[in-house]
Order: sequence, then structure tokens, then C-alpha cells
Amino acid sequence: MCLAIPSRITDIESGVATIDVEGVQRKASLMLVEDARVGDYVIVHAGFAIQVLDEETALSSLNFMRDVFLSDNPPENM
Amino acid sequence: MLHISEYRDSRLCHSIASRIAARSSRPVRIMEVCGTHTVSIFRNGIRWLLPEGVDLISGPGCPVCVTAQGEIDAAISLARQTDTIVATFGDLIRVPGSNSSLQQEKAAGNDVRIVYSASDAVEIARQNPVKHVVFLGVGFETTAPTIAASVLAARQAGIENYSVFAMHKIVPPALEALMEMEGVEIDAFLLPGHVSVIIGMQGYSQFFENYRVPCAVAGFEPVDILRALLRLTEMLDTGDSQLENCYPRAVAEQGNPAARQIMDTVFEVCDADWRGLGWIPASGMQFRDAFADHDARKKFNVHPPDVAPPAGCACGDILTGAKTPPECPLYKTRCTPINPVGPCMVSTEGTCAAYFKYHEVQ
Ligand code: SF4
Repeated sequence: MCLAIPSRITDIESGVATIDVEGVQRKASLMLVEDARVGDYVIVHAGFAIQVLDEETALSSLNFMRDVFLSDNPPENM
Repeated sequence: MLHISEYRDSRLCHSIASRIAARSSRPVRIMEVCGTHTVSIFRNGIRWLLPEGVDLISGPGCPVCVTAQGEIDAAISLARQTDTIVATFGDLIRVPGSNSSLQQEKAAGNDVRIVYSASDAVEIARQNPVKHVVFLGVGFETTAPTIAASVLAARQAGIENYSVFAMHKIVPPALEALMEMEGVEIDAFLLPGHVSVIIGMQGYSQFFENYRVPCAVAGFEPVDILRALLRLTEMLDTGDSQLENCYPRAVAEQGNPAARQIMDTVFEVCDADWRGLGWIPASGMQFRDAFADHDARKKFNVHPPDVAPPAGCACGDILTGAKTPPECPLYKTRCTPINPVGPCMVSTEGTCAAYFKYHEVQ
């Protein structure tokens, strides 16, 4: 039931976003998220955006994991 | 694309998996409580990346699977009324009730429609003013706010012929029930990503304080899941239990307060009957009195009967992790995705269906 794929908002019109899910356009209500903007990635569940993904955190967790798991000299105390 | 491909990086996956192997010193049982995790774990071959001794068990994380048999029967009786249109998410339509299924009712000419969102059901109500549209509200904290939002939208638009048969479930009380059940052995929990988006890390704090069992919230890409499994393995290795957020790009400490507020406006907490787990206090949601005119239970006087699940179906044991699907005598014999006996084989997120689709292939 979960559509777990993050979708990007391409347009917003009176509380309804047009989202792009891997190339497919769909509609999602923005009733449950405050301040979603065009360009944001949102998690959509059953036709409603339920969260705006935090890009900064997404990147920093990735960089952290790359440092720890892909480098030859992993830092102590991960 | 950020959020997706990077979190599927196979080099990262293998590196994290090797660290899990290095940290697992004894056999452990880790339960995932989300059907989308179950599917992702199978589809990405995560079980086969893990060392022997790290056992993943699928808990009661598929909304359709935990819906009680009596509620399925009640939904079927709603579909039989001539003045109703029953709107439902697709997964529910094939679940066998005691004598029929929604699909059979539809084939018999009753108006049952599959919708993608509760908003679609409100739209059907708007277009069919002489009928009464009943939406079958299954799902956890992720889904309940969307359904509450549909009720608010219907009320605002003056659509009176829309109601919801609320069967929603709340996850943390089920975790408690699992910890208390005799014969259920769980060393750690992989917590559901999108339930947590709504309830936040704070939603588990009471449970964690009470049981001190290692818990990690995870996203749905393979790197997300493995990362959380590594943290759980480390906690089990050192004996240092934590409640940890391994999905911080989506899950906040406070969750999504706006969504919770909408949910709390329409629904209040009640006891609920879970397939496999039985009645769990404060684990469901029912309409507040102020919204009684959209409550299908009141409008149609629905009282789900206490009925036994299909004979021979081991769904109850599957949902608590006491059995795996191959241990059910009906698995792959009388019960297949084409001809399911129980809900765990119907829903694409059901453990039996996931085993059927992926297990033997890999
Ligand atoms: S295989 Fe079928 S009958 Fe057996 S537990 Fe699963 S759904 Fe029930």
C-alpha cells in the first residue's frame, strides 16, 4: 500500500501537487504537509503527500556512510 | 537521483553486509513490522546478503493481513446492500471472507470499486448522490490521516453520502502485544519508515522505555535497511539497546504534527481486533462523535462478528513470526496467489505472497 518511492513536485495548484514518479505524472493532495514547494521531493501515500524529504540530511547521511563504509581507513567510533 | 539510486548502491550494500557479519556473534531474530519492508527485503535479496544467524522475521505489518475476519465479513455485507457503493484499496478485494469476497460480490453485480486514494471515494460520492459510498478504511498511522483528510474534505464540500468503515490500527501497542505474547521471540525491531513519518521517534518512546529492546526506524531502499540492520546487530552485540532513527531524511523526532492533528480531529483511539494477535487495547481508531454522520459503523449499524479465520490457514502464526509460510501445510498446495486461502497470500505485502514470489527464486 505504501508508495515508497520519493516523488518530485513539478506543479502546485490549489493544494494539489503534480508529482513526477520516475517519469509518470500523478496528483497528490498537500493537505497533510505544510510548506511543500515546487522542486521538493515528497513521500506520497495513498494520494497524499505525507512528508517533504530533507535533502541536506539525505546527502549528509550518504556522505557519512560512504566515508565509513567505502573508505579503506574507516574512522573509529562510527 | 538523490533519495533513490544512491540508496541502492550495491558497493555500499555489500560493505554494510560484511560489517553485519563481523558484528553478529550469536543467532538473533529481528522482526520487521512493515509490509513494504518485507517486500523490499525480498526484492533486493537482503536475506541472502546476511550472515547465517541473523534471522529476519516478518511481523504484523501488512494492513490487509491484520484485518480481522469478522471485519472482512462486515465489509462484504455492506457491499450487498443495494443502496451502497463500497470503495476500497485494491488489496482488500480478494481477501476471502467466511463465505465470499468483495471480488465475488462485485462479480455478482454489487457495486465495489477499487480506488487509489480516499479522495477518489469522496469524488465517487459526489457523482452518485443517490447512493451511499462507504470507504473501507484499513491501514496504520500512515493511512489514517489521509482518510481523516477525506472525511474533512467531504464535510467541507457538504457531501453527506460518504462514510468510512474505520478499521485502522496503531503500531506501537502491537509491538507491546508481541513482546508480551508467549512463544514469540524477538531480539530487535526494524521499525516502519512511513508510520514513523507520521508518529515520529517520539511515538515509540513509551514502548522503548518499557521494553528496552533494540529498535531502528528504516527507509525502504536496500542501503537504508542494511544500515538499520547493522545498527541493530551492533546494539545486540554490545548489549546497548537504543531507539534509533536510521531514516532521518524522512522521519523527524516529532513526526508530522499536521497530519496527526487531522487524524486526531476525526478519530479517537479505541481497542482493536488484530488477525493473529487478537484484541489489543488502545491499538485502533474510531470516529469521534462529532463525525458520527460519516461513520459507517453507526450509519449501517455494523457489528463485525467474531468469526474464526479460514480453516488450516496459519496467518496468525505467520503474523507473529512463530511460523514461516513453508511451515503452513496449505502453502503452495491449496493456497497460492491465484487462489489465496488467507490474507497473507492475497496482499502483495503479505508474507506468504512475498515468499511465494521471491523465496524459491533466490
Ligand atoms: S500459506 Fe495461505 S493458508 Fe497458509 S498461512 Fe499463508 S495465507 Fe494462510
